[in-house]
Amino acid sequence: MLTYIIRRLLLMVVTLFGVSVVIFLLLRIVPGNIADILFDSAGLIDPAEKAKIVADLGLDLPLPQQYAQWIGGLFRGDLGFSYVSEKPVLDEIAPRIPITARLAALALFFSIVAGVPLGVISAVRQNSGLDYGLRVLSLSGLSMPSFWLGLLILMFCVHFFGTIPIYDRAPETFWAWFAMLAIPAAAVGFRSSALIMRLTRSSMLEVLGQDFVRTARSKGLSEANVTYNHALRNAVLPVITTIGIETAFLFGGLIVTETVFNIPGVARFLVEAIRWRDYPMVQNLVLFIAIIVVTVNLIVDLIYMVVDPRIRYSE
Amino acid sequence: MAGWLARMALVCGLMVSAIAGVAHAQKQGGVLRVTHRDNPPSASIHEEATISTDMPFMAVFNNLVIFDPDSEQNRPDRILPDLATSWHLSDGDRKLTFQLRDGVRWHDGKPFSSADVKCTWDMVTGRMDGKMRKNPRKSWWFNVKDVTTNGAREVTFHLNEPQPSLLVMLAGGFSPVYPCHVPGNLMRTHPIGTGPFKFAEFKQNESIKLVRNPDYWKPGKPYLEGIEYTIIPSRATAMLALVSGKFDLTLTGELSSENAKEIQAQVPQMQCIVQPSNTQGNLLVNRDKPPFDDPRLRRALGLAIDRKAFSEILSRGLNKIGGAMLAPPEGLWGWSPEFMETVPGYGGDVEKSREEGRKIMRELGYGPDKMMPLKVTTRNVASYRDSSVILIDHLKSVYIQGELEVLDSSVWYARLLRKDYAVGMNVQGTGIDDPDVQFFENYTCGSERNYTAYCNPELEKLYRQQSMMTDFEARRKVVWEIDRKLQEDGARPVIYQSQGATCWWPHVKGLKLAVNSIYNHWRFDDVWLDR
Repeated sequence: MLTYIIRRLLLMVVTLFGVSVVIFLLLRIVPGNIADILFDSAGLIDPAEKAKIVADLGLDLPLPQQYAQWIGGLFRGDLGFSYVSEKPVLDEIAPRIPITARLAALALFFSIVAGVPLGVISAVRQNSGLDYGLRVLSLSGLSMPSFWLGLLILMFCVHFFGTIPIYDRAPETFWAWFAMLAIPAAAVGFRSSALIMRLTRSSMLEVLGQDFVRTARSKGLSEANVTYNHALRNAVLPVITTIGIETAFLFGGLIVTETVFNIPGVARFLVEAIRWRDYPMVQNLVLFIAIIVVTVNLIVDLIYMVVDPRIRYSE
Repeated sequence: MAGWLARMALVCGLMVSAIAGVAHAQKQGGVLRVTHRDNPPSASIHEEATISTDMPFMAVFNNLVIFDPDSEQNRPDRILPDLATSWHLSDGDRKLTFQLRDGVRWHDGKPFSSADVKCTWDMVTGRMDGKMRKNPRKSWWFNVKDVTTNGAREVTFHLNEPQPSLLVMLAGGFSPVYPCHVPGNLMRTHPIGTGPFKFAEFKQNESIKLVRNPDYWKPGKPYLEGIEYTIIPSRATAMLALVSGKFDLTLTGELSSENAKEIQAQVPQMQCIVQPSNTQGNLLVNRDKPPFDDPRLRRALGLAIDRKAFSEILSRGLNKIGGAMLAPPEGLWGWSPEFMETVPGYGGDVEKSREEGRKIMRELGYGPDKMMPLKVTTRNVASYRDSSVILIDHLKSVYIQGELEVLDSSVWYARLLRKDYAVGMNVQGTGIDDPDVQFFENYTCGSERNYTAYCNPELEKLYRQQSMMTDFEARRKVVWEIDRKLQEDGARPVIYQSQGATCWWPHVKGLKLAVNSIYNHWRFDDVWLDR
């Protein structure tokens, strides 16, 4: 077990190194740099001033040297300075991470709390009216574009409550945070819960037809016991994988939700940084998201062992 | 006699009470909440050319002089003192001397003096390295030979030639006075000014906060406790947020007229104004590269354009038609409708113009069976793309088969610089409705914003001639002729002049917008909230 974890951690380092090289090179392959964008925003051309900016920011250095500077800085805890705000990258990124983390956690909570039980109910009541209703609901969740759903929610709130649940200043209390993020999280969670619901349903249907479930029933166990302790426990593995993937997605992929609800989270910030070719910001943010993804993957693999004792990675 | 005195006393009494009433009507306090469309590139007005920076940060600064906010039109004859208390011309109008206000302090407590004015214009004219990353309006100050001080309260601009427009340019929102003692990089992130509001916070992609300057040199002002701009990139969200009452005002010119109608349909009491944004759509024609090095072809291109159709399609007829200068009645210097009729390509009979264009093209060897292939290059921005598609359609009428080439913004200017395009669709704004600003910024040989590198020495003489003229009517006639020549030459054929809407709740009082520029009325020292 310990060997497995150490091996995975080493693999994580290799993965992150690969990600760092790829994002570093990709950013420089994309046409234009910060100097181009700065002049674009001012609508003028001045090759001399542009060259000066390029030199000041070290963009004229050889690529290996630029990469070494970035990675060397990371080891010293220096993430560099944003080209746009001219502030330390850490100061820019740090306040955004908790916002995204809260939104992601809440969305994940909603999607699990709604998705898993409804998926189970849908499977247990297969082909009933309730099942059809839940399947329509889950299909709507998957097929409805997030921006459209978000705008519908906003319009509904403005029309019926005369207020709009968007982020306009940092809430000060836990409940204020909850109130502000609940609606965007529900909008995000609707899609995720639909996915989880469908997956839980299909997994459950597969497991419910297996011999060990029939055996459990024949032993006289209650239906709830059969469903939750025997069937669900065996059906939950693919669901856990999906939850892991969703968690990783929620940390960097909520651009539409963050835009519609005006939440200053990581995804919106990342897209804006890409637009400005703000290399230090993009590189560090992508690396941060990559760390989240590989960590979540590791956690998911470890949860497998807890849920299904047959899995032993050390072997 | 006694009756007359009594009546006079009554009238005076009523006037005094009315004035007192007005004076006391303004309420102190409250934070004005404004929607903002995007993250400003920086907080340094001198380094930017966008309303995204100008509107939120203008209130941090003062100018030497300022356009009279009570005048709907920014005009040279309606300019008021700001940091200058008075000014006079001398030496055959080649010296413009300002007397400066006493007792003004920068937001960090340091005293304001004539050295700051000198520093600012030494920096923007390029005589001093002010650590600016870019200087988009350097061309405005071509005529400023030197700036000298005489003690702490007097500063003189020495000009090569008399230039009535200098005062106009100094009054614009893009001409604040910067402090000498604050380095350039700090002005981009934490600007220090003398204005009614102090900079408090600029969170990237999130918000900009200004707070009241309690030591502002105008007693009792500003009325607001602060101004908060929230960056909301989604226009739909911003509109809903305004309707819900979460915000008081929108970023100026950001909404379309249709958006404004939609908002007013939901909130009938909402105040919305649609006005020219001093932004125009124009064509960049690469005159250095065949085939457009042939003036006949450039002329044919201009004759193909149906400007009315552009306006109808893009704005349901609201966009204005004119040349380089903003069309009247909002614009001071634009062609009269009668004059416009005489400019090739601007006459009402589009078919006649196109026939003339086809004749030219036939002479050049093209026709319905042999269309000229052409790449129309533009930025990957919706407004640019839409205009380009209409243009391509119009070009067919003169045997030109256009193909759209869409470029990322980051490579757009690089391509222009390399002259790696044939025809480009461009949208550009101008800070002030003034011929010097327009001509010297966009059409002089060597100006940074003269993308097509159009260079006509004869016309340049006329730019300078009009620049020195003090008689408005006479000057306007020269400006019209220059504008006509620019359009005839295909320097940068203007296709439309855009309009934009600004909306605010009725409880926002004292907000005054100009009809011929969106860049100059954002000091906010007269604005108050009547909640």
